Amino acid sequence: MAGRKSSPARPKQRPRAQRKLVVLVATRKGAWLLHGDAARNSWRVDGPHFLGHIISHLVLDPRDGRTLLAAAKTGHLGPTVFRSTDMGRNWKEAARPPAFAKAPQGEKGRSVDHTFWLTPAHANEPNVWYAGTSPQGLFRSEDGGVTWSPFSSINDDMKYREWMGTVQDGTPDGPKMHSIIVDPRDPKHLYFGMSGGGVHESVDGGNTWTPLLKGMEVVEGFDASTPTFHDPHCVRMCPSNPDRLYQQNHCGIYRIDRPSTEWVRVGRSMPKRVGDVGFPMVVHPRDDNTVWVLPMNGTTVWPRTSPEGKPAVYATRNAGKTWQRQDAGLPASQAWWTVKRQAMTGDAQDPVGLYFGTTSGELWMSRDEGRKWSCIARNLPEIYAVETAGI
Amino acid sequence: MKVLIPGALRSYTESSEAEAAGATLGEVLVDLDRRYTGIRFRMVDEQDRIRRHIRIFVNGGQVRELSQPLAITDEVVIVQALSGG
Repeated sequence: MAGRKSSPARPKQRPRAQRKLVVLVATRKGAWLLHGDAARNSWRVDGPHFLGHIISHLVLDPRDGRTLLAAAKTGHLGPTVFRSTDMGRNWKEAARPPAFAKAPQGEKGRSVDHTFWLTPAHANEPNVWYAGTSPQGLFRSEDGGVTWSPFSSINDDMKYREWMGTVQDGTPDGPKMHSIIVDPRDPKHLYFGMSGGGVHESVDGGNTWTPLLKGMEVVEGFDASTPTFHDPHCVRMCPSNPDRLYQQNHCGIYRIDRPSTEWVRVGRSMPKRVGDVGFPMVVHPRDDNTVWVLPMNGTTVWPRTSPEGKPAVYATRNAGKTWQRQDAGLPASQAWWTVKRQAMTGDAQDPVGLYFGTTSGELWMSRDEGRKWSCIARNLPEIYAVETAGI
Repeated sequence: MKVLIPGALRSYTESSEAEAAGATLGEVLVDLDRRYTGIRFRMVDEQDRIRRHIRIFVNGGQVRELSQPLAITDEVVIVQALSGG
């Protein structure tokens, strides 16, 4: 890592005053907003928005508390981004959605199939957003999501193009650029993940990038020094300690403590019969030793369902040394769920509320950091992403 | 010329028919986008390729190239080729 200094882990912080919560649910057939009370006991369902649109991500800007961006497409129309500044009462389409640069005459250029990931930028950069797409590309908006510009340092870089592979090399519905992370101490310090293609870091606002792969494992028989073979599923930075990141990878659960450049596979301490494969990763907003994962079956042909049909969240309170199973309230058997990488999140309340959505359209929550779970919505379309925001 | 708009794109035009001008199909779609901002990118990608599930017919015949010349009397029909569930 170039240039960043380590800072010690901060003590646990007190949560901000409790506000009303909204849970933002993006699905394969539209978006829903679930408005909760401060106690998170009752929920008012608002939706569908964009019925029939594939919504990959729905994010509220925490800097102004009112700008919502939705990454959208339909099965037969091209991708776009919709924005609302009144919590979804009115939506307006981006004037220039994320799109790759036009290829020179005679060359075959890429086209964005869908915008997959949205990240609001640093608190001191109002209206700046980042977007990751499929096929993989990185984009930036400086006007609140109205117009988007490509990062040539990634999108047109031949080395990165080789590492990210082609459409055929990626996940079944296209390779993803995801987990775009902005260091709260420095707007120029960025990370992102590529499925496949590894984790990468920039300390100059995205002009140059460095792979951050050491310690990450790859599928047996492949060369771990080649970014192409790495498949991070979800990377999260701890808000209480931005030097600590956790990662759910195709090949295990990892933690890194900067300025170290080596990931440590903390998933080795998960129960062997469950394993440490999954999609999402959730970090505690005030305690950098606490994270949650939702393991899936990554054996044989990779069913990617709950191991043994018994879904459970696993939590660590000691940075991955040990893990505790949290399944109270979840089905005890015959629940073959898949929870995608963006479909699990937490809120900022105390105790932390946790939320996840399944590909079978159920939205589950815990008001007590995973000790007990309840289903707060069902019969939705396949859930792609779940985010929370205080309003 | 007259351009027939599929249901999926009527959120832009608020009508099943729109007027647009141009000497080629590409020019007509650019003019359509000038009148209904954003509609072209839903049909044509950033490499000027007609998207996979969009079909465009001129006077009943399918057209695949944006360079296709058009006459002012031609009728353009845009169709969404639905697939999957």
